[in-house]
Amino acid sequence: MSTVSKGAAAGKACAVNPLKMSSTIGASLAFLGMERCLPLLHGSQGCTAFGLVLFVRHFRETIPLQTTAMGEVTTILGGLDNLEQALVNIHKRADPALIGVCTTGLTETKGDDVAGYLKLIREKHPQLASMEVVPVSTPDYVGAFQDGWARAVQCMIEQLAVPSKAKTAWQVNILPGCHLTPGDIEELRETVEAYGLLPIILPDLSGSLDGHVPETFLPTTLGGTPLAQVRRMGASALTIAIGEQMRPAAQALERIAGVPFQVFDRLTGLAPCDALHALLAQISETDAPAKYRRQRSQLQDAMLDGHFYFGGRTVAIAAEPDLLCALGHFFSDMGAHISAAVTSTHSPVLVQLPCTDVRVGDLEDWEQAAAGSDLLVAHSHGRQAAGRLGIPLYRAGMPMFDRLGAMHKTSIGYRGTRDLIFEVGNVFIENQHEPACPTDAHVGISGCAENCSHADAAAVSCH
Amino acid sequence: MSMLKHKIVDLMQEPACAVNQAKDHKERKKGCAKQLTPGSAAGGCAFDGAKIALQPVVDVAHLVHGPIGCEGNSWDSRHVFSSGSQLYRTGFTTDLSEFDVIYGAEKKLYRAIKEIIAKYDPPAVFVYQTCVPAMTGDDIEAVCRAASERLGRPVIPVNVPGFAGSKNLGNKLGGEALLEHVVGTMEPEFTTPTDINLIGEYNVVGEFWQVKPLFDELGIRVLATFCGDARYRDIAGSHRAKAAIMLCSQALINVARKMEQRYAIPFFEGSFYGVSNMSDCLRNIAALLVKRGGPADLPERVEALIAREEARVSARLAPFKVRLRGKRVLLFTGGIKSWAVVSALQEVGMEIVGTSMRKSTQGDRERVTRIMGTDAHMFDELPAREMYRMLRDSKADIMLSGGRSQFVALKAKTPWVEVNQERHLGYAGYEGIVNLVGEIDRTLANPIWAQLQARAPWEEEGAA
Repeated sequence: MSTVSKGAAAGKACAVNPLKMSSTIGASLAFLGMERCLPLLHGSQGCTAFGLVLFVRHFRETIPLQTTAMGEVTTILGGLDNLEQALVNIHKRADPALIGVCTTGLTETKGDDVAGYLKLIREKHPQLASMEVVPVSTPDYVGAFQDGWARAVQCMIEQLAVPSKAKTAWQVNILPGCHLTPGDIEELRETVEAYGLLPIILPDLSGSLDGHVPETFLPTTLGGTPLAQVRRMGASALTIAIGEQMRPAAQALERIAGVPFQVFDRLTGLAPCDALHALLAQISETDAPAKYRRQRSQLQDAMLDGHFYFGGRTVAIAAEPDLLCALGHFFSDMGAHISAAVTSTHSPVLVQLPCTDVRVGDLEDWEQAAAGSDLLVAHSHGRQAAGRLGIPLYRAGMPMFDRLGAMHKTSIGYRGTRDLIFEVGNVFIENQHEPACPTDAHVGISGCAENCSHADAAAVSCH
Repeated sequence: MSMLKHKIVDLMQEPACAVNQAKDHKERKKGCAKQLTPGSAAGGCAFDGAKIALQPVVDVAHLVHGPIGCEGNSWDSRHVFSSGSQLYRTGFTTDLSEFDVIYGAEKKLYRAIKEIIAKYDPPAVFVYQTCVPAMTGDDIEAVCRAASERLGRPVIPVNVPGFAGSKNLGNKLGGEALLEHVVGTMEPEFTTPTDINLIGEYNVVGEFWQVKPLFDELGIRVLATFCGDARYRDIAGSHRAKAAIMLCSQALINVARKMEQRYAIPFFEGSFYGVSNMSDCLRNIAALLVKRGGPADLPERVEALIAREEARVSARLAPFKVRLRGKRVLLFTGGIKSWAVVSALQEVGMEIVGTSMRKSTQGDRERVTRIMGTDAHMFDELPAREMYRMLRDSKADIMLSGGRSQFVALKAKTPWVEVNQERHLGYAGYEGIVNLVGEIDRTLANPIWAQLQARAPWEEEGAA
């Protein structure tokens, strides 16, 4: 159990080296997991440009993302005209199945009534009828990235899901939080399918942002969840939500279509994976496939091999709440201690974390608290602190712009947890401090010099 | 707001701007308030532009007054290098909350400035205004003035809410902030008859360091760069320069012209990209300096250096000529870099099958036409879909562009080289052109392209 505090010193006015990113682009990423979709940020064009660059650098993909390009005059008069022009232009040019309209601090401060605008625009432009438009309220000054993602998924469910009396026993909804990579989602899909179940994943980045070479070029997303599937979610037997952030979306679907749900606060670690497999076995009424029995055993073995290097180590983590939850428990499960935990926004999972204090703050808070730790864990922006502190950094979360393969990193399930143990364990091994060599250590014929220089050479490095 | 408006109108009618010069009187009066098209716009906002222009001042704390989207989504993402202080890479923001939006955040901004000075002790703090506090009415000019007085440190307001306009306008507004609050506020420790300013040089991936040794060798001192690897002090004392080179014409033309007007510092427009451009730059600056009382033997020494460097480049490029002759290039970059790069590529015998003229002036167009002998291959716009088709149909062997279109080329399995600001290799100066050609050669010669063309085992004969 931990206490949650805000800011390093009480009332810190200046965030230094932000951990947090905006809810606006969190929502837009959720829309990027939809098929033939074009997210539209209702704000000035910089709001879109920053999000675009961030995603391009992380995923190394073209990212379809548009802007209503609000200027000074349109900001004062209200954004109806710009939203109308944007929808008409996009429809003409790209013909997407879905546009996700994410508001920004700019248009929320002005007080644009986007839902009302959409009604007017639809009346005026009947040709847009074939195009679904889902608005989400995501001012930059409220919440963080994961809040925007969660909100977008909830809005899609509220607008698109349909009640269904008949349930399909083998159909399961999966609501992944934004901390799951396309690789994680792929792993989850395979697992669910292995039990003979049919998953509907909302949203599904594993189709759209998994780094593949498509056969054609579209101005919208390519791959992702089709709208028709979202409309069928009400007929599923169960919703499985991963990450506490997805609870409101799961609740919305229960409210609309009576689909029961179960929230997994994480799927990294032996116990939560066991719980998932028990659940899947129960709803599918089949036994766990042999493949997963083997993988479970491999994970046990990885824990045995790895615990030597994790036990007693101190780790400072900066991550969004659900990722922090997954990683914090992972390290704790392996015998490491959390020396600092910093996060971007409030969440019920924070008080459950296995450390004394969690701070809603920035990377400056994290850097100060991390001094003396054995390992740092943060997204790529942690690199400067790692350099200053001389502590290795394990990169986790978004953005990850200075490593290849961010989208395929898999750290859920038996196999993902196993690989995470190896990856992090190797960082510990590489940075082990060998005992200092006393000057009078020379005994026998071999000199001490080479041992000492060997110890010196164990410089800070990370995979 | 009216102050900002005034400034924008002034910038829109910038007389030295080549785009404006090309317009007739009526057009010019309208200014360049080009309306963006909602739903098909690309590029950053005014805040983004100001940050690009000013963030290379490395020892200053850059504080963004706004909600998290402005700084949280974008900090430490530009490849401009520093030879000293790393403070410019630290992200500072007031991270406005709903409470701040309702009640105003001027006090919070003041406290933020105070915290920064107490913790990081920078020579100055630059405060960037963004959309939300501009709308709620936070008066950052007043806060900066109060903070400067009470905290005894220059605190510079940079009034650039994103809705004010484009990235390019933001570059210029950033320049205005320097002119208004920084330039001329300090005296250099000493001056020399060969002090120059470089305006619009950002030291992207440290490429200015490929050029600096040339100036050093000639005894030309770079007093200040705007703003690559700059120190606050350099900019503050830059009014004592004898001459200036304006490097990225569209970005900071207002700074060059106003410094000429106010401090009688003559300037010319040049480029470090391409061999002949680099040589012209050195010749022109030498001539200007001599006119301003610099050493009379300077032009002679410049010619000697140029002869040596050009011969060296020529020798280093020779091996590439055989390998690159006849390779077809699709070139997509903005303005001044187009013609600079075009001439460099032609030097090694490559064929330009298309070039974009998106950010170019009439002068740039004429230059490209002159170099290429035709204007047949100039595109104003090339939508990503068209670009993809051209590349897939093998209309070009390689594409050179900015990061935005990178994946259009890569997904078409076409070799691609980065030529805009996110690149990882410096292309400036004599050294840079060898880098660029070397990079093109390395990319084209990579064995992956042939492997990627192979059919999958399950694909039918004749299928794509």
